[in-house]
Amino acid sequence: MIFFAAQVLPGDVARRILGPFADQASVDALSRRLGTDRSLFAQYWDWISSFVTGDLGESIRNRPVSDVLGNAIVASGKLALLAFLIVVPLAIVGGVVAAMNEGSFRDRLISVGGLSATAIPEFVWAVFFILIFALGLGLFPTTAQPPGGAGIFTQLEYLLLPALCLVCVLFGYIARMARAGTIEALEADYTRTAILKGMPRRTVIGRHVLRNSLLPTIAVVATQAGYLIGGLVIIEVIFNYQGLGQALFRAATGKDIPVLQSGVLLIGIVYLVATLIADMLYSVLNPRVRLGAAE
Amino acid sequence: MSAPGQPAPAGATEIGTASPAAVGARGDDGRTATQERLALLKRSKSFIVGAIIVGFWALCAIFGELVVPKDPLASDPINDLIAPSADNWLGTDKLGRDVFARVIVGARDILIVAPLATILATVVGTALGLVTGYFRGTVDDVLSRIIEAFLALPVIIMGLLVAVALGPSKITLILTIGILFAPIISRTVRAAVLTERELEYVSAARLRNERTPYILFGEILPNVMGPIIVEFTVRLGYAIFTAAGLSFLGFGIPPPAPDWGLQVSEHYGLISGGFWWPVLFPSLAIATLVVGVNLIADGVASAFER
Repeated sequence: MIFFAAQVLPGDVARRILGPFADQASVDALSRRLGTDRSLFAQYWDWISSFVTGDLGESIRNRPVSDVLGNAIVASGKLALLAFLIVVPLAIVGGVVAAMNEGSFRDRLISVGGLSATAIPEFVWAVFFILIFALGLGLFPTTAQPPGGAGIFTQLEYLLLPALCLVCVLFGYIARMARAGTIEALEADYTRTAILKGMPRRTVIGRHVLRNSLLPTIAVVATQAGYLIGGLVIIEVIFNYQGLGQALFRAATGKDIPVLQSGVLLIGIVYLVATLIADMLYSVLNPRVRLGAAE
Repeated sequence: MSAPGQPAPAGATEIGTASPAAVGARGDDGRTATQERLALLKRSKSFIVGAIIVGFWALCAIFGELVVPKDPLASDPINDLIAPSADNWLGTDKLGRDVFARVIVGARDILIVAPLATILATVVGTALGLVTGYFRGTVDDVLSRIIEAFLALPVIIMGLLVAVALGPSKITLILTIGILFAPIISRTVRAAVLTERELEYVSAARLRNERTPYILFGEILPNVMGPIIVEFTVRLGYAIFTAAGLSFLGFGIPPPAPDWGLQVSEHYGLISGGFWWPVLFPSLAIATLVVGVNLIADGVASAFER
């Protein structure tokens, strides 16, 4: 599986990244790099700078891209992690609750409300949250960038609002998958068997339903990593947070092509790794896939 | 299999068994099925509410300029950032432009860009989905790899790259969103076609020696219209989401257009200074529009997927 993913995606990523700017030779070069060695930023920078300075002549920063992006990745990682830690349990509980009350008002509320929340752009949520919690109630700061050397709780305070915006946008998809998976599991034969055996409802739900229903949810959570990064660009800009998204945005507005290319490549890799982890998690949790893959 | 992709199976089999000469098959069967769906739609609360909201914004987009009391583009630097008052219902922005007029007229850009992009995506995606689903084999493999490559990066990031490469404009925005959404739609259509192609009416058409384009577009397409329409309404919501996001970043519709995302991006820096009106009202406009479209999509999905 790893081999398959590594073979298919990086080449494609390279083509996608360089597509708008580069000719076939550079695409091949990047593909070769990705295929042979896992990309190191310093090397990548050497290669890309020799290419870029030739025909664009405007490598804006003298700082190595790895420096520019290194700190940004850590910062974005914190924000993304916080958002995921909030949204995954919340959405799974929401989806399962909706599924168990299928067709009820609560189900409609969670399903339609969740999808509507998902459809509202991140910056609109950001505006609402800033107005209500930061300016109206004065609970949180309006930016996400904590003062230097701030402790973990101060950082959390600064990151909570931006993370909540991402939570709103991600909630709908994950809750919907959890709901669909749970409904399917509730209707399955093994669940009926378990109920007919006289097992308590709690045990049936915990042992039989949830284990099966959450499998597809895991796959969705991984694909959300991609959307999450797209959302990071907007959220980091509006909250003025020095993360990967902000770096990309600056690079794009300033036509800082090397940073832009490396940043986008990085996102492709993060996305690939997320998908890979989801695949592995899936096979660990699902014995059927594990057996199938061993063949 | 693909649970959301199941087209009304009753209609499909009826057409297949009752009248294999499929030219006339769209006749009565198709019409009653459509009428049934419309009746379901009319009873769907979420569809009605959504249609009212979206209809309101559509009216604003078409007639907005005639109705609003002020010119949305006329700046008046002396009267900038006036709080909402009797004269300026929603206040003025940092150039003294009337926020109410800009919010109302601002419906136009997004309601041109998003539907056009979605139509483009649906047409391209449907064609791709029909071809990949019907042929399988090498054609499917090659096209599917390319599609996967398109899906490997977040749409916003791709839009950002394209905007940098081509420069922001309405056309760029439509093309970017249209082309990026096409692969997603093609997957749904492909899933629907995969089940459809095994049905008898397709083999019947093949045995009659019908040409492949006819089988694809004349036989299979009408039977997968359900999921395509659902997909269209769902993607329309995402198109608005994406267009607004790109506009907010400055990669969408260029200023001084009264676009909502652009208005938010021009003024969000002033929000901590207490100037909330030029930010809040366009934000509310976007929120109501996407929720409206989503309610329509919800209604359409429940009417078409049974």
